[in-house]
Amino acid sequence: MTAVEQEYLKVIVFQLADKEYAIPVSNVQGIEKLMHITRVPKTSSFVKGVINLRGVVTPLIDLRERFGLPVSNNEETTRIIIITLEEMEVGFIVDSANDVLDIPLNAIEAQPEVVGSNEEDFISGVAKLENRLLILLHLDKVLNP
Amino acid sequence: MELNQYLEMFIEESKEHLQSCSDNLLELEKNPTDLAIVNEIFRSAHTLKGMSATMGYEDLADLTHKMENVLDAIRNEKIKVTADILDVVFESVDHLEAMVMDIANGGDGKKDVSQTVEKLKRIELGESPLQNSTVSNPPEGSAAAEFAATTAILDNAPQLEYDDFEKTVLLQSTEQGYNAFEIVVTLNDSCLLKAARVYMVFDILEKNGDVVKSSPTVDRLEEEQFDQEFKVALISQTDAEELRSKILKVSEVDKVSITQLSEDLFVQSVVNQSEVVAQPTTEELTVVSPVEVKKDEVAQKNGPKHAASKTIRVSIERLDILMNLFEELVIDRGRLQSIATEVNHSELNETVERMSRTMGDLQNIVLTMRMIPIETVFNRFPKMVRTLSRDLKKKINLEVIGAETELDRTVIDEIGDPLVHLIRNSVDHGIESPEIRRANGKPEEGNVTLRAYHSGNYVFIEIEDDGAGINRERVLKKAISKGIVTKESALSMSDKQINELILASGFSTAEVISDISGRGVGLDVVKTTIESLGGNISIESTEGVGSIFSIQLPLTLSIISVMLVEIEQEIYAIPLSSIIETSIIKNSDILNAHNQKVIDFRGKVVPLIFLDEIFDVPRTEQAEDGYHSVVIVRKGDKLAGLVVDTFIGQQEIVLKSLGNYLSNIFAISGATILGNGKVALIVDCNALMK
Repeated sequence: MTAVEQEYLKVIVFQLADKEYAIPVSNVQGIEKLMHITRVPKTSSFVKGVINLRGVVTPLIDLRERFGLPVSNNEETTRIIIITLEEMEVGFIVDSANDVLDIPLNAIEAQPEVVGSNEEDFISGVAKLENRLLILLHLDKVLNP
Repeated sequence: MELNQYLEMFIEESKEHLQSCSDNLLELEKNPTDLAIVNEIFRSAHTLKGMSATMGYEDLADLTHKMENVLDAIRNEKIKVTADILDVVFESVDHLEAMVMDIANGGDGKKDVSQTVEKLKRIELGESPLQNSTVSNPPEGSAAAEFAATTAILDNAPQLEYDDFEKTVLLQSTEQGYNAFEIVVTLNDSCLLKAARVYMVFDILEKNGDVVKSSPTVDRLEEEQFDQEFKVALISQTDAEELRSKILKVSEVDKVSITQLSEDLFVQSVVNQSEVVAQPTTEELTVVSPVEVKKDEVAQKNGPKHAASKTIRVSIERLDILMNLFEELVIDRGRLQSIATEVNHSELNETVERMSRTMGDLQNIVLTMRMIPIETVFNRFPKMVRTLSRDLKKKINLEVIGAETELDRTVIDEIGDPLVHLIRNSVDHGIESPEIRRANGKPEEGNVTLRAYHSGNYVFIEIEDDGAGINRERVLKKAISKGIVTKESALSMSDKQINELILASGFSTAEVISDISGRGVGLDVVKTTIESLGGNISIESTEGVGSIFSIQLPLTLSIISVMLVEIEQEIYAIPLSSIIETSIIKNSDILNAHNQKVIDFRGKVVPLIFLDEIFDVPRTEQAEDGYHSVVIVRKGDKLAGLVVDTFIGQQEIVLKSLGNYLSNIFAISGATILGNGKVALIVDCNALMK
């Protein structure tokens, strides 16, 4: 028997607190360093404000705050991942952007029901790769409360 | 389908032709005897037919064809224009519009129009085409052809058409012993430089006499706009044979035929002036000439219209890109300006200043390029009002003023529906039925005036009717019963405020919901749309006399002048259009009235709005020096004072949206990018004042 042709999902891997998350590369427009953020009043606490992304005013979501994680202060590695979803362009503030990976589709499983944190709503699945565990984000739910 | 790439063009052009059809039909209704208008309509219909057949829209082509037949009959005076006929033609145009819209929306443009087709057919056959048509008043073309057939025998009849002056010249010169010739020069098929040959022939002719006329005209000959043959009328003392041999010496000239024009012929042709439309001598020409005559006619009528504006079509997308690039430049200009002030280098300053001026001019051009006359929106209203008034059995005259007023494309796209709504409202609720109008001593025919004009940085659109006006009592009663206002607050409302209640959501005064304006959505939609465009709407009304709905819209939505202010570390932009003035007040100037801090501003009590509180600006330390900077802003006739930390200055900024994710943020209408690359938010003063 020949090896079954494997299908892969290309993802961007980033870090939040002690976990690694993944977003399909097709939704990612770019990764930026932290820049001046203009606060927008009367918005949810996780909306940090807007930035000037090469002439386009882009809103930012602090993923730590979105997932109810404690605020970190390490700005050195902090990155903004610009994602697009259905005409929306939003930046995610993450602790660091780590990797670009090909995950075999068959390595992705539905999320285990044991996790008790706030973020479980935003997870579409997990991928086990050797000794890493990547959490795949459900972008729709992250963006639409 | 490979025709896809043409689809857009087809739809655009079809819309244009249909628009021209309905415009001209309305015109024709006013002047039913003017056949020139019928010709216009016919041509639009004809082009449309051709296009739709090419694109494979059979139904469209078919209906247009039937309509064309009727128009043709009218054109040839076989049928007289009556209101009934026009109704049917209007109906067909409506159907055609619906089909084109269907195609534009991705449909196949099919529609059951058998009834209309039937009606058109009946009209077409309504009168026997033979009765009083061709004999008494044949179309010019065929007259010429018939005439040509009889005169073709006359061998040396003039082939050119002469006007009175030319005839006189020719006659006089023949009387004085000169020869008048008509010369037909045929060039060789393979002739490449036709213009050069023409020049050489003319050179010879002018050495031997005077050229009175040429066909085609000299201009067109020079542009090589002719086949192989051209005709010249010449007065000369040289004889025909000599001329012929001279002309034949020019290479690539195939044939020269010279006819001497005799006095008799001229006399005859002068007498028969009216019939000398075109008198071709050869059989070949008898076929061609009527067509030529028609073409000339068409070209004459069409000529000035098309020549008037030399335009090219540019897709709005490209203009948007241009606009975006320009916006980037505006931002960079801001940056350069601030650098220049910091560096304070005279040459740099000079250059920046010059650049700013050029940019100003460029900005005007870019902005006006996106401006289109409001006509594109207005032109569908005459027909709409006509149909509405017929349906409602009212007599209404719509007057459109200022259709050439220009507005930004983005505004034009949005303003159509609100206007439709308001006009329907005026026609349905405003104008009374003829009986009531007569009883009230008004003329039976109601007037609706649609007016557009520029004023300052705004465009005003007014819809005025001389109808019943707003019954304030009824409006109030209804508003109270619907819970829009309370009885108590109703007492203190001004007439204007009461009028504007009809724009409140959940309000619709028509007792019977008619198909025309009571579609479930009220005038509140109109208000919301207009406000979303940065405009506002107000109503003036006198009961029994009429109402004016007045819409104020910004000229453009993309570049605005603002006042930049600072609160703590944050910079906000306040549109200049709502600012009245700025002032600095002392702590002691602030008065308290019912938990609301107010100031006395030129005798008016103006409430203060502390922007830092509204926007929850994080305060690091309370720097209280006893003074406050206040921007006095206005909404309608209400004022408010926005308290800020410092004024930065006035600037032109490019309006940007906050993106789809952040929509509907309280008191923020958008954002802009400052010279230093940071984003500043634009304050929506209207939202701050209720």
